[in-house]
Amino acid sequence: MNSAVSVRELHVSYFGVEVVQGVSFAVEQGSMVGIIGPNGAGKSTMIKAMLGLIGKDKGDVLFYGKEVSEVRKKIAYVPQRSQIDWTFPITVMDTVLIGTYPSVGLFKFPKKKEKLWAMECLRKVGLEDFAKRQIGELSGGQQQRVFLARALAQKPELLLLDEPFVGIDVASEETIIHILKELQLQDKTIVVVHHDLSKANAYFDQLLLLNKELIKFGAVDEVLNREVMSKAYAHQLQFLEKAEVTA
Amino acid sequence: MEFLHAIGQYDFLQKALFTSVVVGIICGVIGSFIILRGMSLMGDAISHAVLPGVALSYAFGINFFLGAVATGVLTAIGIGYVSQNSRIKNDTAIGILFTSAFALGIIMITMLKSSTDLYHILFGNVLAVRPSDMWVTVGIGVIVIVTVYAFFKELLLTSFDPTIAAAYGLRNNLIHYLLMTLLTMVTVASLQTVGIVLVVAMLITPAATAYLLTDRLSVMIFLAASFGVISAIIGLYFSFTYNLASGATIVMVATGLFLLAFLFSKKHGVVWKSIRVRQKRAELSK
Repeated sequence: MNSAVSVRELHVSYFGVEVVQGVSFAVEQGSMVGIIGPNGAGKSTMIKAMLGLIGKDKGDVLFYGKEVSEVRKKIAYVPQRSQIDWTFPITVMDTVLIGTYPSVGLFKFPKKKEKLWAMECLRKVGLEDFAKRQIGELSGGQQQRVFLARALAQKPELLLLDEPFVGIDVASEETIIHILKELQLQDKTIVVVHHDLSKANAYFDQLLLLNKELIKFGAVDEVLNREVMSKAYAHQLQFLEKAEVTA
Repeated sequence: MEFLHAIGQYDFLQKALFTSVVVGIICGVIGSFIILRGMSLMGDAISHAVLPGVALSYAFGINFFLGAVATGVLTAIGIGYVSQNSRIKNDTAIGILFTSAFALGIIMITMLKSSTDLYHILFGNVLAVRPSDMWVTVGIGVIVIVTVYAFFKELLLTSFDPTIAAAYGLRNNLIHYLLMTLLTMVTVASLQTVGIVLVVAMLITPAATAYLLTDRLSVMIFLAASFGVISAIIGLYFSFTYNLASGATIVMVATGLFLLAFLFSKKHGVVWKSIRVRQKRAELSK
């Protein structure tokens, strides 16, 4: 059992409307997988259901052969950037420090060791000079790097990122990709929900094409071809042309 | 001066002052979380919803604390249930449930007791604090502070980023109802000092003042508690000296502090902000 993630027959619905239909796949440890698919394909929903953030109707999700509740500490999740109160009184440093909470445990506080480690993570994303800033004072790209630093602070085995590159600058995107590739070299597993098809082949080893049901899961060139893509993007031909030019 | 002298002399004034200071502290602490979670209206709702509980406690001759916490928490649960299980939005659910609880409370109190008691419950009568009330307040104060300290990380995370809290396996709902219970307790403790109608001001005004002055949650909580204490002491002074309702004077002092922060906070105050804008423009037009 050396799959980092294994999903079998996963069904998820919102109030009876099925959004994820019988999806099964397994992600090997140390791989970097992109989840792609049109809007409303259920990409984010699937990630949330896998993490137990929303209920599933049917199916099994195992991380390293165990239920999610047993391995939460090892899994870092970077959600879409939108649902946060940017005026919350919290500094960049304290935001990263949140990543150490699961290992610090109940009724205890992060100590010097955790603070040094959080600073180290902040340095990795190139934001050590912003440690004392309030989180809302940063640009979108910087904020996303802070959340990656928080994920790093958790010392995870598996990272799940939901649309990390939406609305951020090129430099931040490059920093993030560089860090993710480095993590992959350390045998960490990385799963990214992604919608920019043009860069999918440069970023990932494997792609998972989703449109409510699993269309195809395999090496990048097996997925990024007209025949396979047209099954998911039947109504979005323009998208498809663009993808083919770069693929 | 006369106030200080009177404190030394009168036992009832000492109790009043001590109780108000404790109320100032715990209102600041809980209020900080209430405003950050966007639940100011909820604070108002819970404070009104304790009224039927207080009336029931009178009727059955039990400590009013028990009845108040019961109806307060029940209302919080009711609000959650209505807004999650219908198309009624949260603020509407709050409006419906707290006014009905409050109306019920008014009817019950007037049937059971005189209108003087109602007046005191609504507007507070800190100078009539009995020793038993004072100790209830102190007990609540200890519970609130210990709980917030123990669960500080969890309260911070569920307020700031509930999604990540859930991904860490934290139960957001549980923390919510924990906070609602603490809020109800704080409200009950504040009944005699500021009264039902003005509790919400003590919860949110000092916390909002602190919010304008810092970018760290722990500092905000300390500042909010300090502003609560300052408001309590100065408010009580005016109440005693000019024979005014203590709740009203305490709240007016809190509002005064808020105005100062609103105008002169270094980072968020409107005065400094406009000065900075002008300086910048002057610099560029040279």
